[in-house]
Amino acid sequence: MTDLTLGRVTVDRGRLLGLLQEYGVYAGVVALLLVNTFFTPHFLSTENFRTQAVQVSPVLIVALGMALAIGSEGVDLAVGSVMALSTSLLSLYLGYGPGVAILIALVGGAVIGVANGSLIAFVGVQPIVATLALMVAGRGIALVLLPQLKDVHDPAMAELGSGDVLGVPYLVLIAAALALLVAFVVRRTTFGRQLLAIGDSRPAARLAGLPVRRVLILVYVCSGVLAAVAGVLATARLTASDPTSLGNLMELSAITAVVVGGTPLSGGRVRIGGTVAGAVLIQLLTTTLIKHDLPPSWTQIAQAVVIVLAVYAARERGKR
Amino acid sequence: MTTDVDIPVRARDTAEEEPSGAGRSERLSALAQQHGALVTLIVAMTVASFSFDTFLTGDNLENMALSSAFLAVVALGMTFVIVTGGIDLSVGSLFALGGVLAAWGSRYGTVVALLLPLAVCGLIGLVNGLLIARSRLAPFIVTLASMLGARGLLLSVTDEGSKTYLVDKDSFFAKLGQGALLGVGVPVWITVALFVLGAVVLRRTRFGQYVYAVGGNEDAAALMGAPVARTKISVYTLSGLCAGLAGALNAAWLVSGVTILGSGMELEAISAVVIGGTLLTGGFGFISGSLVGVLLLKVIQNVINQIGSLDSAYQQVVSGAFLAAVVIAQTWLGRRRRVL
Repeated sequence: MTDLTLGRVTVDRGRLLGLLQEYGVYAGVVALLLVNTFFTPHFLSTENFRTQAVQVSPVLIVALGMALAIGSEGVDLAVGSVMALSTSLLSLYLGYGPGVAILIALVGGAVIGVANGSLIAFVGVQPIVATLALMVAGRGIALVLLPQLKDVHDPAMAELGSGDVLGVPYLVLIAAALALLVAFVVRRTTFGRQLLAIGDSRPAARLAGLPVRRVLILVYVCSGVLAAVAGVLATARLTASDPTSLGNLMELSAITAVVVGGTPLSGGRVRIGGTVAGAVLIQLLTTTLIKHDLPPSWTQIAQAVVIVLAVYAARERGKR
Repeated sequence: MTTDVDIPVRARDTAEEEPSGAGRSERLSALAQQHGALVTLIVAMTVASFSFDTFLTGDNLENMALSSAFLAVVALGMTFVIVTGGIDLSVGSLFALGGVLAAWGSRYGTVVALLLPLAVCGLIGLVNGLLIARSRLAPFIVTLASMLGARGLLLSVTDEGSKTYLVDKDSFFAKLGQGALLGVGVPVWITVALFVLGAVVLRRTRFGQYVYAVGGNEDAAALMGAPVARTKISVYTLSGLCAGLAGALNAAWLVSGVTILGSGMELEAISAVVIGGTLLTGGFGFISGSLVGVLLLKVIQNVINQIGSLDSAYQQVVSGAFLAAVVIAQTWLGRRRRVL
């Protein structure tokens, strides 16, 4: 009913919103960079850019996995808990050497991914609910394993958290490498194409003979492992394991980055470049508000508004 | 406890014209779905009362009833939302926001203490509903955003969470939370009254029929002339009102507006509704089931607390596993009944 009147307003409005969805996130990043350049003291410094990039890295890595889940017309709410689980496992097994501990932490993420994926693919539970259950259980398991904050004293971990190559921190390098890897997987691999087909229409994908269940499980395993990587890196940076608060509200930041970056919630499409820009946009937004002495609570309200605007733009485009 | 099967389900059953054998197993599945939670609750309470001497004491039961009351009011609104096929993730934030606003407003009297949280939380619920129904945005993302926004609003009202507003212990508003009638706390009475009202609205009114119809099949409901958008807007507003009211009652009970409450509450409320037999796909559900779901969750928490050696971390593991188990069972039962 409202469609008709909306359509009659003009086509330009739809095209404008389409453009906004396609390039809005990049425009937003540029705008925030400009605003900060002119109005924020000490913004244009290598040190500041380094800090911003290091801070955005774990969020971006989680968002990459989230983009895959959303591309398959799902969502992964368990990512924050997976980060907590990976930091607990890391601390518990650090005695066997950082390599072994990191491997076990990643396996932990993969196991949660398999559980999520199985509930969704075999039982047919909606992704929100399945991952909600694992979100609660996962943080519980993390806290059972490691009830309180524990310092991480390990030279290799410290190097991973604060070291760099030619001035680029390891964290940023790893995040960039993973972004390229995921973009490659989505665009150039069979798995990537099958994932998008399933996100587009699961019944059609099934009729076409695609291995729907295997692909769905693999999607959530990817998301779990990426979240575990983020957990490991965050632990290395903070030089402490804090299963109580690590990854809190991370699912929200990751979903925001993906959605703001132009990946539609309806699945069938994944934009990795947009996701990177989305994560950077949220980071810059937070920095801008904080550097101008606005209270942190405003960041949350601003983030909420940005989410709604991004989804609104996506919806207009989806209609055309 | 109402025992009859829902009207929309009945319509589906007759429409499919199952052979009589399949019909019988279908009815059994329906019974399991509707009363499974109640049976589990009775079993859990029986086992708990034999295992712990402290379980069936007046103090413990009263404590459980009171702590269930606030969650139950939130779950009541959530039931309506889920029956329409939606979801409301903002209730935890609205619960906390309602509590803080009520505590702040209580200095101007009980009316302000109740109306302020209802107005603000109801308004946020209305905005949720408008964005979902009119702009056709996904419910989970809209309510996720308002969960974030409401938490931000709460923090800015309380100087970034550093300020706690207290309720005057002798005020009428505090009595709403702390008082008792016939030995049962006032919040429990209010909750029971709201559930009776909610059940009547969902089962016996035109609005309730619309709620089921929208959840069953939105396009069909629209063709039948049901006001789809208005129904959706109403249920999200209702959910916001319920969360705000629960927060206000909780603040009256605690005689302060605690800022850190409510995180994870959306999950508890959704779990309770799902455990109570309401389908997340919409179109099928019971108000009474949600009450049973809340009680079951609280009994499980209570038992874990009584075991003592198990801490809250285990509580989370058990709740998560329990939710997963219930959803698996429900999906299985639902598939047998071909509701999905």
